[in-house]
Amino acid sequence: MDKTGVLIEMRDGKLKPSNLAVCSAASRGDGECIALLLDDNESAVGATLQDYGVDSVVKIEADDRAIPWNPEAWTAAIMQAMAHYGIATLLGLASVKGKILLAGVAAALDAPLVMDCTAVDLDRHAAVKPQFSGKALAEFVTHGERHIYGLRPNALPAVKAPRQSRVETFQATIGSSRTTVLNVRKGASDRVDLTEANVIISGGRGMANGDNFGILHECARPLSAAVGASRVAVDAGWVSHTMQVGQTGKTVTPKVYIACGISGSVQHFAGMKTAGLIIAVNTDPQAAIMQKCDYAVCADLFDIIPALTRKLQKTAD
Amino acid sequence: MFSTFRDFVMKVVLKPTRQVMDLKIYVCVKHVPDTAATIRVGTDGRIDEDITFIMNPYDENAVEEAVRLKKQVGEADVVAVTLGNDTAEATLRSAMAMGADRAILVRSAGRPDGITTAGALCAAIRRDGPADLVFTGRESIDAEGFQTMFRLGACLDMPVASNVVAFALEKGMVRVTCEMEAGDREDLELPMPCVVGAGKDLNQPAYPKLPDILRARKKPVTVVDQDQLQVPPSTSRVEMVRLETTAEERHPKPLEGSADKIADAIVRILRDEAKVLE
Repeated sequence: MDKTGVLIEMRDGKLKPSNLAVCSAASRGDGECIALLLDDNESAVGATLQDYGVDSVVKIEADDRAIPWNPEAWTAAIMQAMAHYGIATLLGLASVKGKILLAGVAAALDAPLVMDCTAVDLDRHAAVKPQFSGKALAEFVTHGERHIYGLRPNALPAVKAPRQSRVETFQATIGSSRTTVLNVRKGASDRVDLTEANVIISGGRGMANGDNFGILHECARPLSAAVGASRVAVDAGWVSHTMQVGQTGKTVTPKVYIACGISGSVQHFAGMKTAGLIIAVNTDPQAAIMQKCDYAVCADLFDIIPALTRKLQKTAD
Repeated sequence: MFSTFRDFVMKVVLKPTRQVMDLKIYVCVKHVPDTAATIRVGTDGRIDEDITFIMNPYDENAVEEAVRLKKQVGEADVVAVTLGNDTAEATLRSAMAMGADRAILVRSAGRPDGITTAGALCAAIRRDGPADLVFTGRESIDAEGFQTMFRLGACLDMPVASNVVAFALEKGMVRVTCEMEAGDREDLELPMPCVVGAGKDLNQPAYPKLPDILRARKKPVTVVDQDQLQVPPSTSRVEMVRLETTAEERHPKPLEGSADKIADAIVRILRDEAKVLE
């Protein structure tokens, strides 16, 4: 079995850009790469996916319509599609939903799973992933009939490899689920998810209070950046834990991480050390982060960030 | 006996409205290196364990919620379960200091993967159970496998809710709020028994006081060897072939001058070096 499945994720009706790197990782040599799509969508995602090595796009439905989000129903539908198409290896994003679905499928199939991979070698069934919040890297080899990997968003490159892909529909049979999804409440719609953001601007102790995070949000907007925080800012009650970057918060791999008034504890680094570039803004030249970044700005963030915001707004116009 | 007629009605006719439930609640916990610990890897590819270990932070939220639930329903047996070596007893004692009634230590000799871990925890719970609820942390901060709770769910045949930030038991059903991406929240209803993966926002774990810690020393810990559980072997396995610490290789360049000049430099870096600006 040389068939590799890719679990595609959409957000607000759009393909998440981080899917493309997963398609690149799944597409190899002679093996067939099948994209599995459960979200209700009208957009022509097939056209985008085929540029990144996808041979066929399978829309998974039940009773001729998209299956409403339910972790159990979606897990069952993915398993049926895997069995139908003979998918031996399944890849997806280590996003919130990806973690639920890939782990659910792995558990139900008793298949090996490596989550949050930063590199995969599908022919060897090998994957590399951070351990101890990035303090170490481990390589794993999976043994079993099927192999499942969740890839860390932004950690792998998306490479163009145009193919001619078919789009087809697979009808799954969904029984009743024990879990009922009562409702889904959207967060702030203009906010970008931390784990998928290209640029993150984070604030720490130097922010002094919760209101001051407003200047980070303003700076983030023209960059389509996400706003994060250190544990100090979360524990002080300035911002919610959903914004925490670090060992007991989120692990992120943006292209640029701008740390404002963050000292750079071991635990904070654990969550962002894989960032492409780290720019630190801190008044204390002795702060740990000033020695472990790419660009050190020894100045007051309340001077630098508003100035940066003005420049960015001008560039955007 | 009854101070007023109303008191009589309340106590005898209507009976207490708070339902007293006898629940068996299991909390799966893990003994992990302290978040501040420096990880060193020996030539045998294993970490140097001569560092401080703590209860996995998310598991603290799981224990806290189980103990709160016990207070709410009146009667419950809260059992902390772990797979680890003898030193993991410290984490079980912490769980009991937080209010768990007793504990089970499944003693493992090797380096278990997610499949064996869940298999052992599941067998231990089955042997002791049946469980009405299984709590655990949404992830472990050492291996970060993100799968134990789902494998527990499959093995125990229970539905799973992960990333739970609010929990309630209503009319025998579990109602949870889960944190999804970009601040989205989702409300789920699950029947009992089920597996609940605790997130950090679920509660604020209370620090045990000295009497709690002393009392925890006397609470019973059942020790069982992993082999004794006779878990049917899985054909699947995740084998670690290499483990190495990551090096910090960044060479900071200072950006100096006026705020305006520095902002210009950052824009150039964003546009030309990182290519995140159009």
